[in-house]
Amino acid sequence: MNDVIVSMQNICKTFPGVKALDNVQFELRSGEVMALLGENGAGKSTLMKILSGVYTRDSGELEIFGKRYGDLSPKLAQSVGVAIIHQELNMCRHLTVAENMFLGREKRKGILLSDKEMEQEAARILGDLKIDLDPRQTVGSLPVSKQQMVEIAKALSTNARILIMDEPTSALTAKEIDELFRIIHQLKAEGHGIVYISHRLEELQHIVDRVTIMRDGQYITSMNFADTDLDTIIAHMVGREIKEKFPRVACEKGKKIFEVRNLNAGRMVRDISFEVYEGEIVGFAGLMGAGRTETTRAIFGVDPKESGTILLDGQEVKIQKPEDAIRAGIVLAPEDRKKDGLCTKLSIRHNIALPNLDLLCNKLGVVSKAKEDAMCGKAVDDLKIKTPSVEVDAANLSGGNQQKVVVGKWIARNSRVVIFDEPTRGIDVAAKVEIYNLMNQLKQQGIAVMFVSSELPEVMGIADRIIVMCDGRITGEVMARETTQNEILTLATRFEKKVASA
Amino acid sequence: MEAKKASSLRRFFAIRGMSAAMISFAALIVIYIGFGIMNPVMFSGDNIMNLLRAMSKYLLIGIGQSYILITGNIDLSLGAVVGMSAMMAGTLMTHGVNPVVACLITLVACLLVGVINGFLVGQLKLPPFIATLGTMFAARGVAYMVNGNRNTDAISSGIGKEAADTFQNIFYYGKTFGIYNTFLIAMVIFAAFFFLLSRTRTGRHIYAVGSNVDAAKLSGVSVFGTTTKTYLVSAFCAFVTGLILCAQAGMGNMEAGNTYEMYAVAASVIGGVSPLGGTGLLLGTLGGAAVWQTLENGLNMVHAPVGIQRLAIGIIVVFAVMIDVVFRSGAGKKAVKK
Repeated sequence: MNDVIVSMQNICKTFPGVKALDNVQFELRSGEVMALLGENGAGKSTLMKILSGVYTRDSGELEIFGKRYGDLSPKLAQSVGVAIIHQELNMCRHLTVAENMFLGREKRKGILLSDKEMEQEAARILGDLKIDLDPRQTVGSLPVSKQQMVEIAKALSTNARILIMDEPTSALTAKEIDELFRIIHQLKAEGHGIVYISHRLEELQHIVDRVTIMRDGQYITSMNFADTDLDTIIAHMVGREIKEKFPRVACEKGKKIFEVRNLNAGRMVRDISFEVYEGEIVGFAGLMGAGRTETTRAIFGVDPKESGTILLDGQEVKIQKPEDAIRAGIVLAPEDRKKDGLCTKLSIRHNIALPNLDLLCNKLGVVSKAKEDAMCGKAVDDLKIKTPSVEVDAANLSGGNQQKVVVGKWIARNSRVVIFDEPTRGIDVAAKVEIYNLMNQLKQQGIAVMFVSSELPEVMGIADRIIVMCDGRITGEVMARETTQNEILTLATRFEKKVASA
Repeated sequence: MEAKKASSLRRFFAIRGMSAAMISFAALIVIYIGFGIMNPVMFSGDNIMNLLRAMSKYLLIGIGQSYILITGNIDLSLGAVVGMSAMMAGTLMTHGVNPVVACLITLVACLLVGVINGFLVGQLKLPPFIATLGTMFAARGVAYMVNGNRNTDAISSGIGKEAADTFQNIFYYGKTFGIYNTFLIAMVIFAAFFFLLSRTRTGRHIYAVGSNVDAAKLSGVSVFGTTTKTYLVSAFCAFVTGLILCAQAGMGNMEAGNTYEMYAVAASVIGGVSPLGGTGLLLGTLGGAAVWQTLENGLNMVHAPVGIQRLAIGIIVVFAVMIDVVFRSGAGKKAVKK
């Protein structure tokens, strides 16, 4: 215990347009569990990707086991003993436990694989961790928790001494978490250093020795966990004034437009009920994986609903597929623009027209070029989409302009409810402001606006009312003008007790 | 004036897939003139007419397959449906069924295959390669069975010489305004499906599904409906091609349309239709079908062995895709630089 095994000093990393890490320091000792904390986008993952060789730093010093390193590659990082256990598990589902553990480092006898040797070795490592698993089992047939154990065992089979765990408990049940914690305690006792990234602050007390807090790409502080409390930690995580300017428009709150009652759809959408009134923007805040995107998808009919009622202007609407929602006047500008929002092989014109062809076609289904020109021209003007012409492929636009096309295609028709899921992610400030202005215009026109965002200052600056979600449930509702970031973050981390309180 | 011309030309080539389609026409001209120099009979009016008639089959099946490829799927059952069409129509007519009625019954049977394909691929989400492999064998099986595992007799034996002649003239031997009816039929169908793909809602949905199925679904496009429509187009084109083959032979042949599904892929790809979905113009398919037929025709003219034809087509197909891939990666790099 107590030897410093990782030391990172003055680490800087810039991505195009963003300073992801600004003079960050980080220290890890053997035999300790270090929690790395911060809001989404604080730079935790970037820092750990530098340590594990995925990214190279722009400047700063990096020492592992007292030895200085220049640029790391994933392979070099692995050989010096750094292993990362990803949030999304990187397993080949069709291969066995042993095959996965030795993937890329297969043991051979001559030119033949030595399955027996690998299986014995795998069994030994699993046995050491007291994990009850057959190395010959197919990974795809295992529950997520066991797959995670395999990842840990795989890391140990490379003789990793530094383990980075990114949100390891997010997909686990209470019992599985206990099992994971037992393994973490064992690894710690054996002298491994563990970096533990989690949004579930209430878990920390069970395993964590020290915490490092980051915010907006900067190192804030490090503390012994025993010397601090959760309120202090949250204050350090938030600790900033809202710097950006958010255009806010005051509107008279009118009649109720949209209502969702007791919506259930899988684990991430549980008993969701809320209302949206004319002349207001309702923000949806929460951490990543809180179930906000899943909620919007269930409302829009992308994912099946288990139960619940949706009312529009007091009338119940049945939504089984997106077509139903669009016809009823509910539209969704989805989160992942490349995957769900755009046909990147098609032109801007075709993208904007796609959901509105019912308005642009005559009875025979022939597209009216004139109406299409008018609609696309208006969208390009209103949103200031920067492009030489509407015939340009959507793939060739910058992120901000792509996002404007996604938004533009949905506001070209008169809807009653517009749902924006993370509309400003990864786009520059000017483009953000144009999207805010547009939301305000919709609000003034009496359209119900739902605004999902992981950026607290943005939700607080634009929304009138904020619904906070955590782990698939609504955990609170606050008025944007009266609340604080601390209050929202407290609500956003109010997990159902998975772990028995100590 | 000059500048205006240049910009309208640029706009023409800016249409998605147009440059690829134009490459096939450029290749067509080179191939045609090249063989013409070797054997001037290539340029004769009769040969041109024969060429147009012969390429009609490839154009029709190419249209069908292009529709499918643009959605990112494939239709392996296309050739078998051609065979089914020829055999069903032939069998019905040898049994004295009125040709119009015979054709209608055959049409319904062919479209049924399209519906089944659409259901398997669009609704049950089976991999299109496998689903249509299944319907390919099944449709060919039906083609064998309808006349008890043998080719039909001459259709004139059932409906009489006069009716048989009329049928054969409409679909193969007759001319209108000096042009073979076969080619006119193919052009009417081409025009209709060209319009459907480029100007209508259905056409837009087809491109959207091929480009990004998730985004299309989230934009309210019915993926099942769109997929089924493309398989119906494919089945319809196969149906007409089957009638043409039946008219040409004057009877139904069990092996009619064998491997046509692959000829159709080749014609589409030569014309710049991306087998990955999302891009392609029927104009290109027209060019691709013409390239194919001109090559076949030209090699015949210079008495080249049949093997050479296949070899040449193989090289051209690979070349066409290579141009597409290289062109696209170049375009991608440019966009990043911007």
